[in-house]
Amino acid sequence: MNQRMDIELTILKRLQNFLNNYYFRKILYSIVTLFGISILIFIIARVLPGDPARLALGPRAPEDVVEQYRKLLRLKEPIYVQYYYWLIDVFNGRFGLSLVTFRDVLTDIIEFLPATVELIIFTLIIDIVGAFSLGVLSGRKPNSFIDNSVRIFAYAGIAIPSFVWAIILQLILANWLDLLPAYGRLSLGIEVNRITGIVTLDSLLTGNVIAFIDAITHLIIPSLSLAIGCIAQEARILRSSLIENVNKDYVLNMYAHGIPGSTIFFKYALKPSMIPTITIMTLDMASMLGNAFLVELIFNWPGLSRYGITAMLRKDLNAIVGVVLVIGLAYTIASIIIDLVVSYLDPRVRYRR
Amino acid sequence: MGGTSIQEVKFIELEKKIKRENWRRIWFRFKKSKLSILGLSMILVLLFTAIFADYVAPYPSHAGLYIAFKNAYKPPSFEHILGTDMYGRDVFSRIVFGFRYAFMMIGLVLSLVVPTGVILGLIAGYYRGTFIETIIVRLSDIFISLPPLVLALSIASILEPNIFNAMMAVSLMWWPWYVKLTYSMTVSLRNEPFILAAESQGASTLHILFKELLPIQLGTILTKVTLDAGWVILIGAAISFVGLGAQPPTPDLGTMVSEYSKYLPEYWWMSLGPAAGIVLIILAFNLLGDGIRDVFAGE
Amino acid sequence: MLLEISDLYVYYRSYWYTLKVLNGVWLRLDRGERVGIIGESGSGKTTLLKSILRILPQNGMIPKGEIRYDGKNILKLSSSELTKIRRREIGMIFQDPMAALNPVFKIRDQLYDILKYKMMIEGHNPSSRELYEEAVKIFSDVRLPDPDRVLESYPFQLSGGMRQRVMIAMALISAGKLLLADEPTTNLDVTIQDQILKLIHRLAAQRNLSTILVSHALGMVYQMTDRVYVLYAGDIMEEARTRDLFSKPKHPYTQLLVASTPRLSSVGVGEGIKGKLPDYHNPPAGCRFAPRCPYVMDKCINTKPRKIQVNREHIVSCYLYD
Repeated sequence: MNQRMDIELTILKRLQNFLNNYYFRKILYSIVTLFGISILIFIIARVLPGDPARLALGPRAPEDVVEQYRKLLRLKEPIYVQYYYWLIDVFNGRFGLSLVTFRDVLTDIIEFLPATVELIIFTLIIDIVGAFSLGVLSGRKPNSFIDNSVRIFAYAGIAIPSFVWAIILQLILANWLDLLPAYGRLSLGIEVNRITGIVTLDSLLTGNVIAFIDAITHLIIPSLSLAIGCIAQEARILRSSLIENVNKDYVLNMYAHGIPGSTIFFKYALKPSMIPTITIMTLDMASMLGNAFLVELIFNWPGLSRYGITAMLRKDLNAIVGVVLVIGLAYTIASIIIDLVVSYLDPRVRYRR
Repeated sequence: MGGTSIQEVKFIELEKKIKRENWRRIWFRFKKSKLSILGLSMILVLLFTAIFADYVAPYPSHAGLYIAFKNAYKPPSFEHILGTDMYGRDVFSRIVFGFRYAFMMIGLVLSLVVPTGVILGLIAGYYRGTFIETIIVRLSDIFISLPPLVLALSIASILEPNIFNAMMAVSLMWWPWYVKLTYSMTVSLRNEPFILAAESQGASTLHILFKELLPIQLGTILTKVTLDAGWVILIGAAISFVGLGAQPPTPDLGTMVSEYSKYLPEYWWMSLGPAAGIVLIILAFNLLGDGIRDVFAGE
Repeated sequence: MLLEISDLYVYYRSYWYTLKVLNGVWLRLDRGERVGIIGESGSGKTTLLKSILRILPQNGMIPKGEIRYDGKNILKLSSSELTKIRRREIGMIFQDPMAALNPVFKIRDQLYDILKYKMMIEGHNPSSRELYEEAVKIFSDVRLPDPDRVLESYPFQLSGGMRQRVMIAMALISAGKLLLADEPTTNLDVTIQDQILKLIHRLAAQRNLSTILVSHALGMVYQMTDRVYVLYAGDIMEEARTRDLFSKPKHPYTQLLVASTPRLSSVGVGEGIKGKLPDYHNPPAGCRFAPRCPYVMDKCINTKPRKIQVNREHIVSCYLYD
């Protein structure tokens, strides 16, 4: 009898521990927030515009067609009913028809998403490499020539918006110096068999080296435009964090024990400095996803954001909703990942209430 | 006991003197950084240009609809500092008027967003553990969990494309940030002794919120407002750039960058002009914001 | 003479200010001696200790002075020589163990690194097994229970007393000859303070360590030191055998300090000292205590008083004895 109660107690304790687990609670909260986002988007798409059906079909559509569309959208019913059916549709992959492509929005998303994924990943690579190198270079030798140049660059990088960088880089690198292509994802005539939709990956998988190189050259300017602003901010924070940490007692303590300077810098000063830097990456990811809309437009990049812009200009409600949902989901996942990294770096976060 | 005694008069004089000294201290600290002075002067110059656009711009009539095709596509020259655009309009003049719209947007958006956000944040932080706190915080969290530009664009896409609606979209997307800021500060101050003391003395909630909790946070809030001003322009310009904001022929900076970018790369000065204008505004507010942050850093 | 500091000036410089903290400090320490430094917060005690190991923050500079350790001038030592001293000979206990332990690393990581580099310079390349055994040994020396748990913990997971013991353990590893203790108990509960003090005392005696104990707690200094220095605003005001300093203080500052200590035998609490530390941006040209000194004379304000040998082993820096 007693044994059984003991076992039950342990199970209960384990359950409690699991529910209190930092990561579990974070993910739970994110799911709740995702639902909240869906409600928000739904409100924007259905409630905000006066007449969603009319808005979608345009002022010249005949009234009976609009009335049919209204019935389709269940506009006469109470909001929560509308939301409920809409949610079911979404979970079943029915995002509604696009008014531009006349396909289900989900199909469109699947077609255009990989291009944006590729762009963002490339941007992230440039961002992380750039920010860390510049931040470390700058923080290692404060007030040196390299430090001052990095600081000036950082100021310019932050003040100049992504789309302006896009125009400038396009002008200089593509038009004037003719180093890199100005538009698009691949040059004319180069084709890649679509496996994942990510051209760089696919070209490697099919052994098409020419296409691979071509794809990379097309990626450079758009990714750079998106990344420069982020690099500037992150390098700046990394630098000031490093300078601050290097003078903290816990680092001086290591010097007092004769531990070599480079070990101190790259281990004991760098790790605490990475925390605010990576925390900022959440916001930078947000700006990346947002600025992608402009950059994809400028470079004619066939990605989700450009699809989204077209949808917004044409008031293609289903498409707008679909795109925003996908981006919201992506951003939520990215924030969770970044939070995970931060909590790995900073154990204090894991144990806070 | 009627009238003010000599002691009370002296006391009031002393208070006034202390206030004046405080201002002088703030100005002195601000003056220390040359960059923030630069920022402040830049803002003042831009603001002046914006208000007196009609007098500063060499060709004020070019701001809106104006056509003179034989004067079109001229590169920068003495008569036209930044050249002319495809309709023959002076680009520089249009940028000057663009500043006016930019400052209007900053003014409108921030005066909507900051009071609302701050008040909501104070309330949420003060009434911890209640339903109202949960609603306010959760609601703000939802807004924040979408990338800002995406949210602004989607709101703008539902509305008619014009500059006013662009401002509305930006406002709707911006307010939760002030709620979060004020909320987190209020929460950490909530159980400080001086607040509890005020409560036990029977101070009204309004008094506690605005005379006790708020003043401490003003420095941080002010810093954020200044730094935000630049970003408001950025988002506004992005909305217009995409075509969901101010429409041509309105001389909005973002709209102009977009319009003129069609003529890259041959007529590159057209697009870079308004772009530089945007960058100037952001830079100026960044510098000013850094200065203000340094002033309040010690407090 | 193990340690001899003469005419040490230490400034903190930044873009727009210079803090002239240490103003010609002098100090000597023989092998096996226990020396104390008394000073209020902000008087430069920590700066002094940090200068000995040359671990001043980046804006710290030493424009003038000498620190002779074992016959060699530390300030002019090559980095390899300095490293040797830091790893094997001089150890420091920092004032706030929470601030001196890296919050994002486990105790094990920091401790093992300290042990590893020390053993490496002794010509030994330790395995992780050996590091663990050494760690357990040193933890038992400082009376830290449950060494496994402590090693796997982060600093914030330990209590204040345990953190300080970890600090002491780390300092002991490196302190072959000299132990520098910066306010080792100030941040601890009163109940633990005594334990820690006794621990340090016992360990120093066991290992034959010379110690410099810095504190503003007069009682602690009285109990634990043989000779004392009084540091005020970056100047050494007085040096004497501990008993002599407390029974017959010569410098006005010392006299006021000793008088202001509450004692069981006297009536009530003593008066404090009026005024506060000078501004290091613009320190007084003469004696830095002049603004607060009840016996101040004109020459005190203009020029710094020199060292006067009042007795055998009792030195004062004051015009009253000139």
